[in-house]
Parts: sequence; structure tokens; C-alpha cells
Amino acid sequence: MARQASKSSLLFSGSDWDFKTLSRAYDAIEALAVEELHLDTYPVQMEIISSQQMLDAYSSIGMPLMYRHWSFGKHFLHQDLLYRKGGRGLAYELVINSNPCIVYLMEENTMALQALVTAHAALGHNHFFKNNQLFKQWTDAGAILSYLDFAKGYIVRCEERHGLAAVEAVLDSAHALMDQGVFRYHRPPRLSSERQREGIRERLEYEERSYNDLWRTLPASQQAANDKGQDPEWKKSLNLPEENLLYFLEKNSPVLEPWQREIIRIVRVIAQYFYPQRQTQVMNEGCATFVHYTLMNMLFDRGQISEGAMLEILRNHSNVVFQPAFDDPRFSGINPYALGLDMMQDIQRISTKPTAEDRDWFPDMAGQGNWREVLLDAWAEHRDESFIRQYLSPALIRKWRFFVLGDAADQPHCLVASIHDERGYAKIRAALANSYDLGANRPDIQVVDVDLLGDRHLRLQHKVNDGILLEDASRDATLRHIRRLWGYEVSLAAMDAETGATIHERSTSQIAG
Amino acid sequence: MPIFIDRRLNPKDKSLGNRQRFLRRAREELKRSIRDQIRTGRITDADSEHAVRMPERGTSEPSFNNARDSGRRQHILPGNRHFSAGDLIPKPGGGGGGASSPGNKASEDDFRFVLSREEVLDLFFEDLELPDMVKLNLKEILAFKPRRAGFAATGSPTNINVGRTMRNSHGRRIALRRPKQVELDAILEEIASLESTPSSADARQRIAALREELDRLERRRRRIAYVDPVDIRFNRFDSRPVPNANAVMFCLMDVSGSMGEREKDLAKRFFVLLHLFLKRRYDRIEIVFIRHTHLAQEVDEETFFYNTQSGGTVVSTALEEMHRIITSRYPAHDWNIYAAQASDGDNFAGDSERCISLLNGELMRLCQYFAYVEIIDEREAHIFGSTENGTSLWRAYNSIDQKWPNFQMSRIATPADIYPVFRQLFGRQPAALKRA
Repeated sequence: MARQASKSSLLFSGSDWDFKTLSRAYDAIEALAVEELHLDTYPVQMEIISSQQMLDAYSSIGMPLMYRHWSFGKHFLHQDLLYRKGGRGLAYELVINSNPCIVYLMEENTMALQALVTAHAALGHNHFFKNNQLFKQWTDAGAILSYLDFAKGYIVRCEERHGLAAVEAVLDSAHALMDQGVFRYHRPPRLSSERQREGIRERLEYEERSYNDLWRTLPASQQAANDKGQDPEWKKSLNLPEENLLYFLEKNSPVLEPWQREIIRIVRVIAQYFYPQRQTQVMNEGCATFVHYTLMNMLFDRGQISEGAMLEILRNHSNVVFQPAFDDPRFSGINPYALGLDMMQDIQRISTKPTAEDRDWFPDMAGQGNWREVLLDAWAEHRDESFIRQYLSPALIRKWRFFVLGDAADQPHCLVASIHDERGYAKIRAALANSYDLGANRPDIQVVDVDLLGDRHLRLQHKVNDGILLEDASRDATLRHIRRLWGYEVSLAAMDAETGATIHERSTSQIAG
Repeated sequence: MPIFIDRRLNPKDKSLGNRQRFLRRAREELKRSIRDQIRTGRITDADSEHAVRMPERGTSEPSFNNARDSGRRQHILPGNRHFSAGDLIPKPGGGGGGASSPGNKASEDDFRFVLSREEVLDLFFEDLELPDMVKLNLKEILAFKPRRAGFAATGSPTNINVGRTMRNSHGRRIALRRPKQVELDAILEEIASLESTPSSADARQRIAALREELDRLERRRRRIAYVDPVDIRFNRFDSRPVPNANAVMFCLMDVSGSMGEREKDLAKRFFVLLHLFLKRRYDRIEIVFIRHTHLAQEVDEETFFYNTQSGGTVVSTALEEMHRIITSRYPAHDWNIYAAQASDGDNFAGDSERCISLLNGELMRLCQYFAYVEIIDEREAHIFGSTENGTSLWRAYNSIDQKWPNFQMSRIATPADIYPVFRQLFGRQPAALKRA
């Protein structure tokens, strides 16, 4: 792109911003994004907030509306401490997957930063939210804010009616199971509209007053006892095994009141809403970083950003994508911004200037020059795990000098399994992809059996992969929470996924207090 | 063009509710750690923010987590410089992958945070109350607070409700058909246009008619005011009585030579604590500081705590001074009077009897409550622990203690004693007072 520079075409000068400049910058950036990158975004709502409000948003898991709970207060203290100590800067922005897409901008940002943030969040993240399959299928951007509003109000009403302590107890227990409160393999139903929710609540209130055979307390009839050999009808209706513990408890717990079920449902819906975000960290941040980096450079090339502002932008950009090596004291894992950006720029390079090796590894896209289409497609169709599995190139593995370290608990040594060489590329790529597979990395715990007609003993099973067991203390504490929601004994059996052998079993009756 | 919303002026502290919930949850543990800090630290520091450790009990958020010390896993790390495939790297002590990300789950909860002064004192003063405040004269109304209560036709100009006033004026103008400015303007314009054209008889006639009409309208406008006094409405305020807790606290302290550094220090701490407590609980409380040697003197807070003076010890002078101040400034029917005295128990021979008579005669009747703390030597602590024996002042006050339920006395030997004594003195309604 030739420089059509002239002083007057600058979008802004100086570091102060006002709403007019913000709006002009947004329009220019958006036009460029549509024209050059073919981005497709939700309408944007930009909100200017102070650092205090940013901290508030941090502690209520980034949502503008949230019900009240002590754990958010605790997180706030933690964030506040980190911020005050200077241990962590605040994000310059926060973006919410909603329609319209809400972008928080910090008032302290300079105009150059606001432009950077606009490109990053209002276009990069926004495009990703709107087009990525995971978000499209699993979250409902249009309904989330009204749902949170409903949730907040509902919980306030519950607190008024049933007392803070009772509501807090249910929320504590539900929060403990948030990781086990998502459907990993089938799409959750859409959030219902205000009217439907009203209907559901009315139905719940009706059920509150009526009788359900499932929770029969009378002794089983003769006939039921005769049926012992096969699973009776009621058991089939439970759809066991069930991976979503919160869903199971919400629908089937014999002791919960309807309002308690609704609270569990709220926690579950929120957990489900965030599930795609946790699976697409590298892609989401990579996409946004790639977009802001590309757009800012284009604007600079067109003479719409001054050199001073560009320097500031680049300095912030390089802070964001800083990746220390594993033996650096600053190392704290792989920086998703850096990995995402590098991979996407690598795709750009392979499309335009491939080496022989790239042609070997990526015959479909090497040298085709269509990097925009490849990226748009990747952003739409992949999550971190599949993206890395498909697009991590040997060149990038060499650049990052990745290596795989095998770590078995019973060995005194770690083994360097693969390094960035011919034999290692495929293995490193697979291992890195696996490490981003949430489904494989979180403990796999399912409801396998329940004795509804007997002592109502709830049996959970933990499939132990690679011999990785659960932490004892937190496992016991979490089981206590499940027991609180279920009301009767709960036991968790650890079963080796390969051999099928039961390793051990822990029951709430073994856990004191 | 995006939508912009400026949220900077939105109410702050959106997460205050969450913080309060959190503090309530961790209350017991926080209370204990605040108490420890105040017990061991300087008491003048009590009146400030305190950093406390995140309590462990009740604030953990458990979930199913993989144990770090089991199973086989792979770490993918960047920045390899000299490893090649097959290298064995010894693990650093205590399991866990060598360079794996450190277990931050445990350390995440291990941090200190700051409680504000208000929160510290709330925790510190929980279940404390000045005795007999229940007896507060609720009928005695001393303050009023204005509260909005509708509108009135009379009032002071600052309270004019412009919206209401203009609404009334508008209605009245419509009802009385006050000529509008546009009507006048139209006539003036017509006159002007007629006058500019060459005159004809018709036009002259028309102009005359118009002028008459204009005159009529203007007179009407003058008669019907734009805003009339009848339109004016004022915001009305009701004076609402606010029950007023008038209390005065007398702090009496011996600063004579017989009080050593240690004794003074302990007495100071007692008063600081007391002072804090009063400042905290009652916003309309006055505090009078009286220090004494062989002479008593009312001083300001600064002097009371930080200036030294030497001389003999005549306790009754302080009581006399207190009595004088009460009669001149704090009539007993308007004020709840509380007194706290700190001393090492030394007194000029024969003066203790005078103290008894002063207290019995007048002061104890005026006071809601009189607390006496005696600062004793650490070695004496176990001797005097619970006995009636002691210094002349102690023995003298003992007789008052027997006679008056609103008199309390205690001994302090170490800084750690102060807080328990403090709680004992000002604990919720000692049974003794019920007898009163």
C-alpha cells in the first residue's frame, strides 16, 4: 500500500480523546476491517468506564450484570490487590459476547490506545463472537443480558423470601459444580424469552403445590420389587449416565425446592455460556490481536495514524504478545495472545510466501494467496484444540522452540519426549492441541447410577485418564456440596479409563462433617 | 457509528454488596485476627486500616481438581535451548513437573487484603454498647431534620418549585386567554407593512383599528401577569424529630510523678480505646479530658495524651473539676454523663475519704456510669488478682463499688489486659445495672 500520507488525514493527534474522535476512529477502523479483512460484526456499544468499574467488572466474571455472592467480593479483593501492587495492569478493555456487542473502554487510555482497543475488541473479538461456530451454536448473544437481568432479580427475590444464608448455601454448592455443569457434547437449548421464563416459573410454583411420583416416600409396591432385573421406566427417564451434574441435580434431586432448582439452573446457564470462551482462548485473542495489528499497520501505512501514536501502539502491542521462555522467571504458561497471533501471521505467510516445507505440510493453502479466506474460515470453524492440530506449522514450532516434557508422578525424572526436529513436529503439535482440549483435561465425572426407590444413594464415577486422580481435600469438600444438593448419600468411584478397574471409592458417609 | 455510553458517573462500588457478603461470611475469623492485631500492636493504630490474611475457613471454593502428584502428563513448553529428545531432567524437590506451571490454585487464596477503618472498628466493637444508653431519653427531642412533604403556597424563595409554579402559571394564562407575544408581533408586523406602502383611506382605517386592538391586547397583557403570586408553589418540608443521644464522656487521668512511663502508657491505651469506641458509636458525644497531679486541669485531647507534667497526687481535685464542668456546661437533665478514670492508685493521704464523699454526695448521682481502672505492676497482678486489698484509692473505691451499681472498677497490668477489661466494663448491660 502506497503512502497517501498527508497531515490532515490523521484520525487523531495528541493523546486526549473525546467522543467525536472515538467515533471517527471507529468508523475508519470499521470501514477498513470490512474492506480489507471482510469482518462481519455485531453492532457495537462502547461504554467508557473508570478503573474502579473495571475492577468491579473483573470480579463479577466480566459481566455487566451479576447476582450478588460473597465469592465475587473475594475475587474483587484479589484483583484489587494485584492491581494496587502493580503486579498486574488492568485490561484496557473488556468485551462481552452480546448483541449489541458491549465494549468497555477505560477512561485512562490515551487516544492511541482507544484506537488499538477499538480494533482489538470492537472488531476482532466481535467478529469472532459473531462467526465462530462454538459461540453461534452454544451461546445466545441476543438473550444473555436479559437473562442475567432476570437471574439477578430472581436471586434477590429468593434472598428476600428465603433468607441470605439459604440462597448462599445453594449458590456455594452450585458454584462448586460449575465445571461439571456444562453439556460438553450436545448443544444446550436456547435461552428462553422473558415470557417463557415467566411460564416456567408459574409451572414451578404449581409443581411446588402438587405431587410428583418421582419423589415417592412410600415403600415400593410389590410389582416394582418384581421388576428388579431390568431398568424400570423411571430410571430410563433419567438418561444415565449424565455428565452435567448440575443439570441432573436440578432435574432430579429429591430434596430441592423449586426456587433452589431455578438457582442451580441460573448457575448452569452461566457456566454453559462461558464454556465456548474457555475453549477458544488462543483463537479469540489471536483473532483480536491479529485484527488490531493488521488494521493499525494499514492505518499507519495510509497515513491516518501519526508515528508517535504508532510507536505507542506498537509498544503496547509487544507487551501484550510478550512470551518468556520456560526457564524465565516471568514464565507463566503459554501466552494465548502470542501463540494466536503467531499462528495467524504464519497462515498469512504460508499463503503468500511458502517454503518447500510448508507446501509439504499445508498443500491446500500454501502459496494460494487467499489468507483472508483461510483465516475467516479458521475463525469460524475451529476451537483452540482443532485450530492448533490443523495449523501449527513446523516453522512456528522452531520459532517457539517448543518441546514436550513427559512427567510421570512415580518417576524422579522428567523426560524430554520431543523437540523441534523432524521427528518431533507432529508429536508436539498433537500434544499442544491436546493440552487445549478442555474435555480431556478437566476431570471426567458422571452420574452413573441412582437408587431412587431404595436409599437414594447417588453414584458418581470419575474416569481416571493417565492415572491422574483428584485432589483429596477439594474432592471431599465438593462431594459435601453435592450431598447438600442431593440430600442423600453420594459416592464417587474412581475408575481407570483403560482397564475399567475401580481404583477407589469415596462416599459422603466417610467424610466427616 | 457505534453507540457510546459514558458510564464513568455511574454509581461506584458496584461490588460493595459482594464485599459485605464476603466480610460477613469471614466475620469470625476476621474478628479474631483484628483483635490479635490490636492486642499486640499499638493501640493508637487501631483507628486505621488493617491488612489481614484471607481467612481460610469458610472462604474456600472447592471444585473437582486434578491432583498434581498423580498420573502421567505432558507439558509443552517454549524456549528449548539445549535439550534433545530422550534427555532426562531431574525433578526439583517434591513431585510436580520441573518447569510446569506452579500450582497457583493454593496460592491464589493466600493473600492479604486491607480492611477499611470502618470495617476494622465494626469488627472490633461488635456487641459492645455503652451501658444504659437504652435509658436514653427518647422523648427529649433536640434535633430536627427536614424532610420533603408535598407542596405549599407559602415558603421561602429558595424553596420555590419551578416546575409546579410554571405549570400553574401556564394553566392560568390559558384559562384567562392572556394574549401571546406572537399575536402582538403579528399585529405590529401588519401595521409596519401597511405603513410602508403608500397610504390610502382604507389602510389608515385599518391601521387605526389595528392600533386599537394592539392597545387592548397590551393592556390585557399587563393585567394578566405572566407569573402571578397565586401560581407560586413551594417545596414543603416537614421537620422530623431526630432522637438525639447527647452524651459527654469525662476522661480522668493521673499524670503525676508517681505514674511511670509504663503506667502512663497503659492508661493512655485505655483511653485511646475508649475514645475510639465513643467516637465510633455516638456522633453527638462530647469528651472532656481532665488530667491531674495535685492540681486538676481540663485540657485538649493532644495535651491529655502527649504532654507531661509532674507534681503530687490529689485525686479529689480531678473529681471537683469534673463536678465544676458538669454544673457549668453539662446539665444532667440534658446530658448522659459517663466518666472513666485511670490511676496507679496512689493518692495523697486522707484524700481518698474526700473522694468517697464527693462521689457519694453528688457525682455518682449525676453520672450514668463511672469506670475506674487501676494500673498495677505486673508482679502485683497475681497478688491483687481478685482480692479486695490494694492501694488506698482502690479500697476507697471498693466501698463505692458496693454501694453504686453504676460504678465499675478493674485492674490492668499489661497491654493484653486492657481489651478484656474494656469489654468487661462496657460489655452488654452488666447484670449489676439491672438492679438500678
